[in-house]
Amino acid sequence: MLRYTLKRLLSLIVSLLAASVVIFLLIEIAPGDPASFMLGVNARPDTLAALQAELGLDVPKWQRYLNWIGGMVTGDFGTSYQYRTPVAQMVADRLWVSLPLALFALVLSTVIALPAGIFAAARRGQAGDIAVMGATQLGVAIPNFWFAMMLVLVFAINLGWFSAGGFAGWDQGLFAGLKSLTLPAVALALPQAAILARVMRSALLDVLGEDFMRSARAKGLTERQALWRHGLRNALIPVLTILGLQFAFLIAGGIIIEQVFYLPGLGRLIFQSISARDLIVVESVVMLLVFAVIMVNFIVDLAYAAVDPRLRLRT
Amino acid sequence: MSLLSIRDLSITIDDTPILKSVSFDIAEGEIVAVTGESGSGKSMTAMSVIQLLPKSARQTGEVVLDGEDMVTMPENALCDRRGQTVGMVFQEPMTALNPVQTIGAQVSETIRVHTGASLAEAKARAAEVLERVGLPADRFPLSRYPHELSGGQRQRVVIAMAIALRPKLLIADEPTTALDVTTQAQILDLLKDLVSDFGMGLLMITHDLAVVADMADRIVVMRHGEIVEQGQTQALLRDMQHPYTKMLFEASRHQVDMPAPQDSAPLLELKDVVRDYDLPRRSLFAARESYRAVKGVSFKIDHGERVGLVGESGCGKSTLTKAILGLEPIQGGSIRLDGAPVDADHPGTRRQMQVVFQDPFGSFNPRHRVDRLITEPLHLLDTPPEGSERSDLVAQTLTAVGLSPDDARKYPHQFSGGQRQRIAIARALIIRPQLILFDEAVSALDVSVRAQILDLLAHLCADYGLAYLFISHDLSVVRSVTDRVLIMRAGEIVEQGASQDVFANPQHPYTQSLIAAAPVLPDLTQETAHV
Repeated sequence: MLRYTLKRLLSLIVSLLAASVVIFLLIEIAPGDPASFMLGVNARPDTLAALQAELGLDVPKWQRYLNWIGGMVTGDFGTSYQYRTPVAQMVADRLWVSLPLALFALVLSTVIALPAGIFAAARRGQAGDIAVMGATQLGVAIPNFWFAMMLVLVFAINLGWFSAGGFAGWDQGLFAGLKSLTLPAVALALPQAAILARVMRSALLDVLGEDFMRSARAKGLTERQALWRHGLRNALIPVLTILGLQFAFLIAGGIIIEQVFYLPGLGRLIFQSISARDLIVVESVVMLLVFAVIMVNFIVDLAYAAVDPRLRLRT
Repeated sequence: MSLLSIRDLSITIDDTPILKSVSFDIAEGEIVAVTGESGSGKSMTAMSVIQLLPKSARQTGEVVLDGEDMVTMPENALCDRRGQTVGMVFQEPMTALNPVQTIGAQVSETIRVHTGASLAEAKARAAEVLERVGLPADRFPLSRYPHELSGGQRQRVVIAMAIALRPKLLIADEPTTALDVTTQAQILDLLKDLVSDFGMGLLMITHDLAVVADMADRIVVMRHGEIVEQGQTQALLRDMQHPYTKMLFEASRHQVDMPAPQDSAPLLELKDVVRDYDLPRRSLFAARESYRAVKGVSFKIDHGERVGLVGESGCGKSTLTKAILGLEPIQGGSIRLDGAPVDADHPGTRRQMQVVFQDPFGSFNPRHRVDRLITEPLHLLDTPPEGSERSDLVAQTLTAVGLSPDDARKYPHQFSGGQRQRIAIARALIIRPQLILFDEAVSALDVSVRAQILDLLAHLCADYGLAYLFISHDLSVVRSVTDRVLIMRAGEIVEQGASQDVFANPQHPYTQSLIAAAPVLPDLTQETAHV
């Protein structure tokens, strides 16, 4: 198990390095010099050169890459071209919105999806199964920005239970913070839960047909006992895969929902930075997202091994 | 009073009759074998005793176990009986255990679910039971997972799960079909010992008549959901009444009349063939290690010669087959067909060889018709036949394997298992190869069908002077259809020689142990002569 963990860790570091090179090169290829963009077309060459030096743009590319990576590792993400504030500070502020939102949505989706999937699988072909599957079909089909607007219409405007947008800030207390994230989290969680429930159901149905389930019944376990003791853990393996992918999506893909609810999250930050050609922010945020996604995959890999002893041996 | 008494049991699933008025008894300490070909309802009979039938099954009649009728018993009472009064062992040990639970947890679960014993008590009892089935805790700790055990060891765990509470009746559904002969012999001995130690009744479901004759006190022969004949083993073997029983036993011991081999020029020559597989790196910078699956194998097959290749699972016979076909590179030695090396650079040699695999269901694309399936190898020819020439060839080949030319327009699912294997042979035969490899080609077939396919081989040998390499774990079949046999173990050929000699007088200890372990049908003709 230790060996497996170390191997995964090694592959995590290699992936991060590869990703950093790709991100750096992509941003370099993108046309437009930030300094001339900031000063406008009529800037004097010496002013331009001075600004380039200040932004650290006057050194060779490989050195800029090393400076950037070195800074990322030590927590110095550079200074925003546009706002002239440390990028680390900007990202940290936004992360305190995006990360809780993603986790909130993930917890919601799991709490809804797993019981729904198990419920449906245990009643295959019966009314309960058909109802759950119909609901998930709808959940997959509804676009989440539309669903988000409907949530605002009903729960914010008509009922007035939640505010229609914006973020209260964690300094207002945990409850206030969670409250302002509730509607966005529900909107994000709905399609995810629908997919997850379907995966849970089909994984469980596959497992129910396995020989060892029959062995369990032959031992004297009731259908329910066999399902819980032998079925569930085996069915969790494909579910974990999807869960990992979904978390990655929730962190990086909240842009639209953040836009609908005016949330100061990472998605909005990246959107605004691209428009303003604030490349250092884009670079750093994208790298951070990649880091988050790779970390999630790492955790999912470890979870696989915890669930399935066969993987602990594999390299 | 008998331990198990099945009376007039009939089962239908979606209006299809599965069992028709089945009746038989098992006494305490008695071994009853239910035998028959696929679709005879023997497994359904076993499942009806523990009442784990498909939800759509409708049953009439009685299954009285230890004085109680299982058919009318409510589900919670059935759960109580399963594992406690009746235990069950299944065919496929590789999948019968939960892969994510330790063997200790799985054996002790049987104990805990019925007795309410504490975890520690159940574990201690599980250790005893595992020791009894030949898995002592010092070598096989309870913390082992199924994937850390071999097939035979897993089957021992399954048996331990079934007998943990000393049930009065043990049901074993093809318990050794998936195992090698030497492992099979050990498992059968274990089952026999348990029956005599515990005084259990044993209901054994098997298609293997040699196992039946060896193990059972009484035999029940089934066909199409009905019992055609039952009786004490010796009496039944000596005096079979029903023509189906006679046919089954004759097919099992079927001897094929092979034509004498023709000339003796070498066709396939293997010299010191080595096949290594790379193992995954143990760490990033370590050199790759490799596993040698075939260790310097040399042998020859002459034109028109029939050679058998026998060995247990993992001995390297499949690897060797792939190497001969040129599907995988070899790391040492040479493989030559008619003097030309077999590799990707010489496609001409590939067309001289064809292969027939074990699974007649899996080896065809289900969306292609028979004519398209069997003409696939024709693209290997420089000038593939077209038009009427092609359809003539198809008709001729189908006729040669005992099918009708009209079958060319049908899909594979419209055929039975035996017919599909004929189609596979037709596909191999159509470009008139010099050599055909039969990779466990009759292992999945019922005995009566197997006998027909073996006869077909004999015909084809006579008509086409065919040479083949017949790879099988079934010693009796290899003996009857080959001139010469190779015995393979752990990547090496340990013995080779004329089939009759090797089987009558094995030299290598491994060959001797294989032959000793294989169950044999008693020679009834002689016995009857003595009586």
